[in-house]
Amino acid sequence: MNTFLILFFIIWLGGWWINIKISNHKDANLPRFIVPSLFGIVILLMWELAVIGLQINPILLPAPSAIALKFSRSLDILWIDFVQTLVKGALSGYILGCGAAFLTAIAIDKFNFLKRGLLPLGNFISALPIVGMAPIFVMWFGFDWQSKCAIVVVMVYFPMLVNSVQGLELVDPSRQDLMRTYSASYTQTLIKLRLPSALPFIFNGLKICSTLALIGAIVAEFFGSPIKGMGFRISSEVGRFALDMVWAEIFVAAIAGCLFYGLIALIEKRTTFWHPSQQK
Amino acid sequence: MFFERLIEMKTSYLANKFIPVSTIVILIGLFWYLVAVPMNSDKVSRQFKNLTASEHILKCWSLKKPKLPTPHQIINEMVNTTFFKKISSKRSLVYHGWITLQATLAGFFLGTLLGILLALGIVHNKAMDLSVMPWVIASQTIPILAIAPMIIVVMNSVGVTGLLPKAIISMYLSFFPVVVGMVKGLRSPDQIQLDQMKTWSASSREILWYLRFPSSLPFLFASLKVGVAASLVGAIVGELPSGAIAGLGARMLAGTYYGQTIMIWSALFAAAFLAALLVFTIDFLQKITLKRMAIIR
Amino acid sequence: MISVSDVNLTFETNDGPVNALKNVSMEVNEGDFVSFIGPSGCGKTTLLRVIAALETPTEGRVTVNNMTPDEARKARQYGYVFQAAGLYPWRTVSGNIKLPLEIMGYSTSEKEDRTRKVIDLVELNGFEKKFPWQLSGGMQQRASIARALAFDANILLMDEPFGALDEIVRDRLNGELLNLWARTRKTICFVTHSIPEAVFLSTKIVVMSPRPGRITDIIESTLPKKRDLNIRDSREFIKIAQRVREGLKAGQSEDVF
Repeated sequence: MNTFLILFFIIWLGGWWINIKISNHKDANLPRFIVPSLFGIVILLMWELAVIGLQINPILLPAPSAIALKFSRSLDILWIDFVQTLVKGALSGYILGCGAAFLTAIAIDKFNFLKRGLLPLGNFISALPIVGMAPIFVMWFGFDWQSKCAIVVVMVYFPMLVNSVQGLELVDPSRQDLMRTYSASYTQTLIKLRLPSALPFIFNGLKICSTLALIGAIVAEFFGSPIKGMGFRISSEVGRFALDMVWAEIFVAAIAGCLFYGLIALIEKRTTFWHPSQQK
Repeated sequence: MFFERLIEMKTSYLANKFIPVSTIVILIGLFWYLVAVPMNSDKVSRQFKNLTASEHILKCWSLKKPKLPTPHQIINEMVNTTFFKKISSKRSLVYHGWITLQATLAGFFLGTLLGILLALGIVHNKAMDLSVMPWVIASQTIPILAIAPMIIVVMNSVGVTGLLPKAIISMYLSFFPVVVGMVKGLRSPDQIQLDQMKTWSASSREILWYLRFPSSLPFLFASLKVGVAASLVGAIVGELPSGAIAGLGARMLAGTYYGQTIMIWSALFAAAFLAALLVFTIDFLQKITLKRMAIIR
Repeated sequence: MISVSDVNLTFETNDGPVNALKNVSMEVNEGDFVSFIGPSGCGKTTLLRVIAALETPTEGRVTVNNMTPDEARKARQYGYVFQAAGLYPWRTVSGNIKLPLEIMGYSTSEKEDRTRKVIDLVELNGFEKKFPWQLSGGMQQRASIARALAFDANILLMDEPFGALDEIVRDRLNGELLNLWARTRKTICFVTHSIPEAVFLSTKIVVMSPRPGRITDIIESTLPKKRDLNIRDSREFIKIAQRVREGLKAGQSEDVF
């Protein structure tokens, strides 16, 4: 038993104890922020101590400090990869795919037959491993970001379509009747009633798709990419057993993912504050 | 009376689901053949000279290494590699599918177990709720699949090979929907039901068994469907890093290397078929269970 | 049987403390049928929940069968009927009635016996195998009452059990509840916001007012113990109803100033 491992257990138990104490604090707002951050810090500390204490080979699992060091030293590469994969590949595909799905939803909304056919099919396709189409898109659209954009479009299209169609469909009938008593036109009903009440669903779709877009863009690079990009970097650095760089890339992906998700959640909160799910 | 109702149900099913869905499937199929012509046209013109228009189109639909293979070519390849190859052969689709399925099921099982345990902890322990839940949610925004090749390579270098590394990726992907759904489900009983239990001074284990667990089942099944699909994706991506020789993912990769588009597509279709099989199995179990419990009528 | 003395209960909310109960004192004797009546927010449900140990008072003393409410709860001294029937959709009527018995560890034969007995009592014979959602609202509430009667609690706490039912069904169930009370000799505490219901059912009526939740009047009913629906046209009945109304008004007028 070395000192690092003893420290490991002390921090584990100590962190746990403090968290329980804070959780039971009377003021409900205080723990909401402190407890998860403390949990994260404790995990990082435990990771660091375990790597040092058990003398884990940095090839297998680098310590957080080593990853942080690598991260700060290779900001330029990380930035290039970030732009290549997440901005050019994922974001463009996300906007195109979600936009197309949303427009499709509005277009087929009037046709019950199409909706009945597309909903189950869309649900089914959403469950398929579409990521597997990545090699085909790389063949069709080349190694650069266009193929990544294309796979992201296909990946996000159906989940977004299903959510939008469901949202547009689930309008309270009495409110629909109210619009009818005003003899509102189709467009008026759409803009004033159906789009707003579909917003929670649309945001749900946007949230699901944000994760899919990241995955699609990175995984597609495993099948071929120019010599930049997060997926390319991950697979080539894994080949050289430079795991600190891999973890730095994952860190970038995680931060970008969290920020993007948070941004959507924030917009959702601003626009659907009236929905029961937003009220606590 | 009974038969009348049965017929009524069948016709409404036909009108509401079967006919629209199959119409759209047929439309997609037609569109596919249509698109295959311009996509493969270049290659045909390069390979063959002096074709009439109809011959040209037919060639577009039957190239050996087309840019976009047609559905009948893919199905042909699938039937060939499913029924006319020995199951143990490296060329058999059943062999590769089985490898992927094993990893999927193992990972799915582990993920479900982990998800349920975490959910139980989160529902019963306030500290765990506050500390673990935000991180579980944050983990969803991280593209876990990006770590997939790393996990495989690292574990291979420690000597863990075969099914386990893939299963771990599958587990990582499938535990999340289970945690979220299960926490929601275990918390779905309303205050009246919980107070009712309290008036009987039921222990928290009794509340779990009689109230929380049964109420959570619809949520659990919905998550299991998402989880099993994610699990399959995990297993396939886990087969992508070079070195993997078996499984649907490896087959896609091999197809990419040799330009065998039909092979890639047939592996894709096989994966789709597996996904359908898994999701429908859970759907079936869900219907039986919930009907037994009279939650759905 | 139940004694509440000088109970205060303050909830901490985001808009500051809310005085849900203020200086509440009252007694319930064995075999009583006590109604708590008042507008919403007067603390009648809160008081019932205090007696059931679902809330803890900030100050004051409550005893149930000479125990603290929490001890009484653990000793299963009372049955509680909620406003919504709260039956489990995945259990049949008899399955629902057996639920508390399973939790309390009764033997299989005992469970069967008791279930049959209470189903007789609430006249749900023939519906044992039905699921709650196959029953009307009134029948669901009867099943819920049966569930509260299934174990040996001599107190029955009811929180607006018929509040969600239409008046015709409610009248019938009120009559049945009186029969049940006469046959089982339970002590019943009953929360309601209907004046005729309170007067018709009770031997004692506790009138309450909001902001802060308090008791404005306690009326000992002079009606005979055995009564039927026709009694509502009697002078006696109208007199008591008037007094209840005055008690409610008194609480309101204080509110204005």
